[in-house]
Amino acid sequence: MNFFLLEAMANAGGAIGAGLGAIGAGIGIGQIGKGALESIARQPEAINDIRSNMILTAALVEGAALFAIIIGFLAMVL
Amino acid sequence: MRSKSIKSLLVAVFSLGLLILSTQVLAQHPEPKEPAGEPAKKEKIFDANEVIFGHIMDAHEFHFLSYKGSDGQEHHATIPLPVIVYSKGKGFSCFMSSKFHHGEHNHEGYGLLTNEKIDELKLDRNKYAAGHIVAVNEAGLIDESVKVYDLSLTRNVVQMLLALTLLVFILIKVARKYGTGVGVTSAPKGMQNTMETIVNFVNDEVAKPNLGAKSNKYLPYLLTVFLFILINNIVGLIPGTANVTGNIAFTFVLSIISFIVILFSSNKHYWMHIINPPGVPGWVKVILVPVEILGVFTKPFALMIRLFANMVAGHILIICLISLIFIMAALNQYVGWGFSPFSIAFTIFIYFIEVLVAFLQAFIFTILTAVFIGQAIEGAHDDHAHAAAH
Repeated sequence: MNFFLLEAMANAGGAIGAGLGAIGAGIGIGQIGKGALESIARQPEAINDIRSNMILTAALVEGAALFAIIIGFLAMVL
Repeated sequence: MRSKSIKSLLVAVFSLGLLILSTQVLAQHPEPKEPAGEPAKKEKIFDANEVIFGHIMDAHEFHFLSYKGSDGQEHHATIPLPVIVYSKGKGFSCFMSSKFHHGEHNHEGYGLLTNEKIDELKLDRNKYAAGHIVAVNEAGLIDESVKVYDLSLTRNVVQMLLALTLLVFILIKVARKYGTGVGVTSAPKGMQNTMETIVNFVNDEVAKPNLGAKSNKYLPYLLTVFLFILINNIVGLIPGTANVTGNIAFTFVLSIISFIVILFSSNKHYWMHIINPPGVPGWVKVILVPVEILGVFTKPFALMIRLFANMVAGHILIICLISLIFIMAALNQYVGWGFSPFSIAFTIFIYFIEVLVAFLQAFIFTILTAVFIGQAIEGAHDDHAHAAAH
């Protein structure tokens, strides 16, 4: 396998990995938003607690996605 | 029926638009082959990669714009910054980065690498990068044997110090105002309103729910982190400034400090839950304990990566949208003009999101630090609740 094909494959791998990470995070954050909206609809008075917990959980999910993106970037660069 | 016809019309319009715009667009255009022996005038092509990384990375100057003067030479509008370099033979050297003339000249035996220079000398991209300072010999060639330690006040450092000065100035001013009695018994005035909102927010939303009775002990640290990240995020959003919070070294130091605070506030129960989790079967511990020990380190690592990646992604997104105009213009000048309103509208939209992200990331860093400290100082009463449940 020649060098250029290898590099192209590394780029493709990085891009696909980042895309898959984004899909996972999208599903995760969507679930969090769904759960938060449903619980706000049930208990509107608890909106402040729910909102801050929602942001916190979304940040944790997002962290996993960012790991995927960083690894994808490293696959491209290295 | 009517919505169906509108739908099919939309499909037709979008397919037409895609058909028109579906031309091969490359971020990096291949250099046109020049006939040998004839040093043709090089037309400078727009290189999105260089623009993006020139914005994201650290540099030895604040670079605002480049333009072609009436003399045909390219001029740069920059603010030079001090360069401090150390190498074994020569000791410390200190001079302004303007002495390099944007990489064209060498000074005191040092030279600044640029992308053009790396391409011209065919240097190894893994070893050398644009913006690095290298030692050069009398002939003007790169001296690889000399190791150069670069301690310069780069634009990230200078901007961080400026932001810090601004923050300290605001805080001292507000504190003095409280000293004179304004805002203590009466309503707060001016900047006091902003600071009071922020302090109340961090106290009520971040410190109290996670740290409980001990929140007053950790509140100064949490407020410092929050305000420091916030001011750097916001100053970094001003066009022309550096991307301080999108620098891995910056977030690394912040997360290391958080890590130390978490470790120093940890108690016996925290370590017991890691090394010997109560109420867990022995063979599960074989898996659980290594994971828990790894978790101690992944928490600050995630803090570091989250802030870094969020800020870098935001800045790249903005500059990509602006670069799109020039990529389109390389295709055809009129396409570039036609595309720019959309591009600018999108940029403004993303810019407002970035302002939100600036607050959000400061908040997330602070609240996660508070949550981790809260886990570390948690008392034994939780164990009894677990035991009762089993």
